[in-house]
Order: sequence, then structure tokens, then C-alpha cells
Amino acid sequence: MNKTWVTPGGVHPPENKHQSLTQGIGQLPIPEKLVIPLSQHIGAPATPCVEVGQSVLKGEVIAKAAGVVSIPMHAPTSGTVSAIEHRPIAHSSGKLAPCIEITSDGADTWIERQGISDYEHISPAKLVEMVGNAGISGMGGAGFPSAVKLNPGRQRPIDTLIVNATECEPYITADDSAIRERAGEIIEGIKILSAILDHPHNIMIGIEDNKPEAIEALAPHVEGTGISVVVFPTKYPSGGEKQLIYILTGKELPSGKLPADIGMVCINIGTTYAIKRAIIDGEPLVSRVTTVTGDALGTQRNYDTLIGTPVSHLLEHNQYDQSAGGRVVMGGPMMGFSLLSPDVPIVKTTNCILAPSYEEIPDDEPAQPCIRCGMCAEACPASLLPQQLFWYAQAQDHERLEAHNLFDCIECGACSYVCPSNIPLVQYYRGAKGEIRQARDEKVKADHARERFEFHKERIEKAEREKEEKRAARREAALKAKQAAADNKGDSSEKPAATSSAADIIAAAQARAAAKQASPEDQQAKLERTIAAAEQRLKAAEEKLAEAIESNSDKQAALSAAVENTKQKLEQSKTKLAELRA
Amino acid sequence: MAFKQVTSPHAHSAQNTAKVMQLVLWATVPGLLVLTWQFGWGALINTVIATVTAVVCEAVIVKMRGRPVSFYLKDYSAVVTAVLLAISLPPLAPWWIVVVGTVFSIVLAKQLYGGLGYNPFNPAMVGYVVLLISFPIQMTTWVSPLALLPEGVTHPGLLESLQIVFAGINPVDGVTGATPLDLFKHSSGLLVEQVYEREPLFNRAMFAGAGWEWVNVAFLLGGLVLLSNRIFTWHGSVGMLGALALMSVLFYDAGSSTSPGTPLMHLFSGASMFGAFFILTDPVSSAVSNRGRLIYGILIGILVYIIRAWGNYPDAVAFAVLIANFAAPFIDNYTLPRTYGHTDRRRATEKGEE
Repeated sequence: MNKTWVTPGGVHPPENKHQSLTQGIGQLPIPEKLVIPLSQHIGAPATPCVEVGQSVLKGEVIAKAAGVVSIPMHAPTSGTVSAIEHRPIAHSSGKLAPCIEITSDGADTWIERQGISDYEHISPAKLVEMVGNAGISGMGGAGFPSAVKLNPGRQRPIDTLIVNATECEPYITADDSAIRERAGEIIEGIKILSAILDHPHNIMIGIEDNKPEAIEALAPHVEGTGISVVVFPTKYPSGGEKQLIYILTGKELPSGKLPADIGMVCINIGTTYAIKRAIIDGEPLVSRVTTVTGDALGTQRNYDTLIGTPVSHLLEHNQYDQSAGGRVVMGGPMMGFSLLSPDVPIVKTTNCILAPSYEEIPDDEPAQPCIRCGMCAEACPASLLPQQLFWYAQAQDHERLEAHNLFDCIECGACSYVCPSNIPLVQYYRGAKGEIRQARDEKVKADHARERFEFHKERIEKAEREKEEKRAARREAALKAKQAAADNKGDSSEKPAATSSAADIIAAAQARAAAKQASPEDQQAKLERTIAAAEQRLKAAEEKLAEAIESNSDKQAALSAAVENTKQKLEQSKTKLAELRA
Repeated sequence: MAFKQVTSPHAHSAQNTAKVMQLVLWATVPGLLVLTWQFGWGALINTVIATVTAVVCEAVIVKMRGRPVSFYLKDYSAVVTAVLLAISLPPLAPWWIVVVGTVFSIVLAKQLYGGLGYNPFNPAMVGYVVLLISFPIQMTTWVSPLALLPEGVTHPGLLESLQIVFAGINPVDGVTGATPLDLFKHSSGLLVEQVYEREPLFNRAMFAGAGWEWVNVAFLLGGLVLLSNRIFTWHGSVGMLGALALMSVLFYDAGSSTSPGTPLMHLFSGASMFGAFFILTDPVSSAVSNRGRLIYGILIGILVYIIRAWGNYPDAVAFAVLIANFAAPFIDNYTLPRTYGHTDRRRATEKGEE
């Protein structure tokens, strides 16, 4: 038995998981039209590489990764590209985003798939590339591109691989049912991950004790693999990355750091299945298990859902009764967001569609004043003081909010869940975070503008000062000349004095010009110095460019231009030097 | 088809403010019953007068502030304040004492600061202190506990009690007497042992003071019910009782003639248990974090003892709580919990790194 640690806070909302577990993972008819958003992940949206009217096969790339932190998109079924345009996507703002629409031909014909079975003999870099090309991003929550997470170019070796099978949100059973039916493939995926990460000596599957069937299903497959299944008591939000790391290792992820910074990789169990399919079967990520649940539906179960399936398709096939419930949630009841319309598509991170009845989740009661009872602080898994954060969020006191570690809030909703005054606390924190981010951005801009202005002012003042100094120098020179003339000629008239001072001025100007035209020796030395400096610069730029190419950075173009530029300048200086020497 | 837009989390626990307040009211029942058993009908009459006054005041002010009246009355917070004040007042006090105290609690200490959740001071204790300073005679006339009534004298019946409260008729001789804390204050020159021998208030008691000890036990019981229901955490109450016990042990002075009394008397007489579980646990006016509440409770415990031992008033809890209310925001600045992923706890007054 592995030792586990207990996180502070947490809540025990009714689990409501049995409803969707009465049947296995189902398959829905292919929808007539599928809509694939180009941004389903953290990072740059993918770039379309098909045209309207073009026919595509299932698994064919329809949009390419745009840069390093991005993933490609694949056609979820065979058919024709019928539109590339902005469509509503699953976002709480109801915003439109670029999407590719595919009209299905009903045949669901796969593109030619090339899998490999001896992944042990393939370099980790190649495996990571395959994971990236399969369009895999984290399927548990944020949708971070998996290939970036697994990138071997990191400083610190990974000694711990944590597979997150916690699924702590009520209602959701996508991972649970996937483990029950696909335990073998999941473990295969974990072995591939292990190979990619150079066999971390600690591989753990973290799972809550409310999934005994899944735990049993994993048992025969992990035997003799060195992978341990770590079972711990059910409590929300144990599945948060930070919480799970603490539960399994007793270590806290330092604020603002990534798991890789402390030698860990944390990956969702659904993602490990996708990785297995990608490497062994050569299938890109075109479908995922999604729980369709809630009492406003006639049927509640899990489906292997094609990415891009409209939510309406799922609702219709499960006898959704709109009069029974008012909201439809993408995700769970704690962190999921309510959809504006059913026309939005399922994406790679959609683990659940929840259509609760009014009896299950009634409309929110009006908020009462906060009495600082502290139940929220008792529930907070991050040991924050939600009641104080609420107070300062209302007062827009950004300094106090930051001192109270607002940005360590994981928005799990445990505080709002227990709040006896029905205060939508998380919403206040989201708002406050947004305000602070905006204020930071504006401050950066304002600082920039101020610096520019100050520099400008200083330059003008300097120019003024220099002019004034020159003027003063001229005045003095004129005065001296006058005095000298007066001393020399004593009682002579003013005219010759004027001529002499004019001659003086011309002479002075000539002297200045001569000073500027330095001696050839000086010029040569200067040029030699310039050349040495340019050579050094060129060397540094070339090194940078090599680095950028190696890490496939998007700065490549800019850097190679810089190298060219430096080379040219160097050539110019060399020619000049040659001329001078000749 | 358009859906309702609601912010997460969608699920909510069944707990609400009204339920919390109701539970607090239920938890006062053992204490109220024992008060009635030991001191007659007075406490219940106080409770009724205070509750009616509080609800009327709350309704009028909420209406004047242009807020929905029933929404605010339904949170039961006014009733809780009224009951807590009523319990603190001497039984059989004139009706206007109760009314004046309640008006001060609800109107001045609560609503003028912005209503529920915005009062910096404990409303019931503000009302109590206003009364104590303004009407010292009425506020220090306590009814004698059951065990101390002279032969053939009983506590006045309900009708008689109402007459005493509303018509100002004087109760029969022997019905009123001193409280244990009062008695100790005015028994300097005697060893603790001698006081216990001489005074029936002590020699007819089990361990702290006739009648009072059971009142305190009842409030301890009610407090434990609230604690087990997680209405509050243990920090404030344990801090106060612990500090009070420690202080009374340290300064017991082996029962000399200047001793302020035994530790058991300090823990189980006056408003010790009532204060520890029903007054300083008012979340609005107390410190916020668990650590803060522990310090807040310790501060109250120490202040209670200092005021009882060396102050002019034996009614120390009210003053101690109000003084600690002043200190609560200050305590909050230095008692933030350590957040996940941080090595140190921070100060609330910390500035950003600029």
C-alpha cells in the first residue's frame, strides 16, 4: 500500500455517479455535420490546411499546429469540408471562434493508419512528435498540449509520473467507465509515457475509493509493471493537479511552478488512452468518452463521442426534456460552465454534458450578506480565506487580494458550495483576477509610455542644453576676440575688430572640421575595433539561431535575419579597412 | 433553444444562514431552561420582550433603508441577537431595560453599521454595556438561585413575574441577591476557604456557585452541540476558556484573602460558558482565520480575568468581547493561513513587489 496524504478542506457533494454507469460506453450515430473549433487547447489556434469543398477521410489533418504550443486538428469522420468560419463554441461568454465544419458522408472511412508496436526502440523525441501530430491535448481539464508537457528538452529528469484517474467531480464517469472497459490499453499508454520520460522510477495512478470496479479492472494489468494504483478517500477536489500531487507524494507544487519543475509529470488517464491509440494504432485524437447525464434526460450514460459533435445531437439522442431543467452544463456541477445554446460542439476537453432537472439543481437563491462564518475557509483546499477575498474583491482592493494569494485559488467552487449565504464567491474571484490582470497589463503599457515620454523629454532638454552651451561658448569667444582686438589696437575703429573676429570664427570652424577628420591611424584602429565587435555579435547570433532551430522556436526567422544583417555589416567594415590600408 | 446562464459551482450544500441561526437558537434552549429552573420566569420574559422588540426594530430599519423586509427578517439574525441579550440581562429586570437594550443592539450596533455582516461590534454586548453603564442598579439586581431562597419563599409565578416586570411591583424580600462573582469581589479580607464556609451561594453549590454552575453547564452543552454541527470551530472557545483557566490558576494565590477566586468558579460562573460558545463565536465581529480566532479567544480569556480580578465590574465578558472586537481586524492582518504552495504565511498588509 502506498502512503497517501490528506489535503486541507474539501467537500463531499452528493456523487450522483451511478445514473450514468448502468450501461457501458455507447456509440451514437454519426451526426450529419461536425464542427471542429481550431482552438480546443491552451496555446495558439491551429491553422486550417483544407479548403471548403475538399473531401477528407477520417483522421486526415484539417488544421496544422501553429507553433510549438499548439496542436493539429483531424477530421473526426470522412466527408466534405463544408465551411471554414466563425461559429459559437463552448465558452461561458458564448463567443464565436474559427471552426471547420465537416459534412459527414456516413461511411466513416479511415485514412491509412500506421501504428508501431516496438515503441521501446524508438527515440523519445520521435514518440513525442507522434503524440503531437496526433493532436493530443490534456483531456482532463485545461487542455494543455501533451507533446509540450512530455518535451524531453527539460533541465530536470522526471522521477514521478502521476496518472490522474481521480475524477472527483460529481456526475462525471467518463474516466471510470473508460478504465472499466479499456484498462489494458490505458496501461499500455502509461508504458509508452514511461518510455518517453526515460522510465521514471515512481509511476502512480491516483484514484478515489468510489470506483471499486475501475480499481479492480486495473489490477491485473499493472501486475509486474511497477505501476502502482493508489487509492485514497473520495473528497472534492482531490483531482486538482496540485491536490493530487500532495495526496500522492506529500509534496506541494510551489506557487507559480509546473510539475516538471519538481520532477513530476501529471497526466489525465483519458489522455494515456489517446496516447496508446496514437502510437500503437496510428489513430489521431478524433473521439473521446463523454458522460451525458442529468435528470432532464431520458437516458444517462457514457458515449464514445466524435470531437465536433454538436451538444444538441447528444441531447436529442438522450430524450432531453427542456421543461424539466433550465441549464445545460459542459463539465461537472462544480467547475463546469453553463452553455448558452446547444449548437456548440464537443471538444477534446469535454468530459461531461450535464442537463440537470430543477429538482436536482434548483435555481440559485438570492445571495445574503456574508457573515464571515468561515465555512468557506474550512472547505478551501488551498488554505485561502475566501471570506476575506470576497470582501476585498468587492472593495477592488488589489493589493490585499494579492497579499491573500488570490492567484492560488483554483476556482474549484468548494467555498461557494458550502456558503450558507449563497454568495457566488468563485465568480467574484474570477472577476477580481481579470481586473488585476488588466491592471497589470495597463501598468506595463503606462510604464512603457512614461519611459518613452521621459526619454523624449530628456533628449529634447539635452539638445537644448547643448545648444545653449554652444551659444554661450560663441558669445564668450566673441567677447574675448573683441577684448583682444581692443587691447591690441587700442584706439582703432571698430571695423577691423569685426573683421578679425569674423576671421577668428572661420578659423575656429576649420579647426573643428579638422578635428573631426581624424588621422588615418585613428580611423584604422576604430574600424578594427568595429570588426572585432561585429564578429563577436555574429557568433552569438549564430549560436542563438542554432538553439532556436533545435527547439523549433518561432523566433527562427527573426534570428536568421539578424545574422544576415550582422554579416553584411561585417563585410562593409572589412572592405573599408582594406581601402584604408591600401 | 436557449439555456439559463449560471455561474459555477452549480451544486450547493443545503446549508443556509437561516438554518445556522435557528440552530444557534436551539442550542440556547438548555441554558434558557436551566435559567428558568434556577431563577424563575424572568429569563423567558426577557426573551419574549427582546425578540418582539428586535423584530420590530429590524423591520422598521430595513424598511427605512429600502430593503425587502421579509428577506432580511427570514435570516433570524435579529432574533439571535435578541435572545443572546435577553439571556445576559438580570431576570425580572423592568421591561424598558430590555427594550432599551434591544433597540441599542439592533438599531445602533447592527443596522446603522449596515446590517447583518457589517457590524464591527457584537450587537448584544453593545446593548448590554450601554445598559450596565446607564442603569447600574437595575442591571446588578439578580434573582437568587433556587437553593438560596429563604424558607417558605419561592420564585414569583408567571403572573407575579409579569407584574414585577411591567408594573414595577417590588419582589418579595430574599428573592434577589448577589452573584458569585459579585460576592467574591466584595469579600476581600477573607480567605477563599472562609468565603466558601460562610456564603450559602458557595457552600450549597457543587463546585462553582449555586445555580450558576448548572447554567454554565447547560450553555457548555449547547455550545458543544454547535461545535459538533460545525457552526464554528473550536479555536475561539478553547482559546478563551484555556486562557481563563490558566490565568485563574496562575493568580489563585493559594486561596489567600486577596485571591480573585478558584479556577472552577471562574470557568463555571457568570457568563463564562455563555460567552465562550455564544458570544465570542459571533463570526461577524470576531477574527477570521482559525489561528486568528485562537488568539482572539485567548485575548478575551485574559481580559475577562483581568477585569474580574482587578476591574470595577464583575461583568467582564461583555467588556472583554468588545475590546477584542476592536482588535480583531488587527489580529486578522497577521494571522493569514499558509497557502498551498507557499513556504511562509503572508501578512495582509504586504505590498506587491514594486
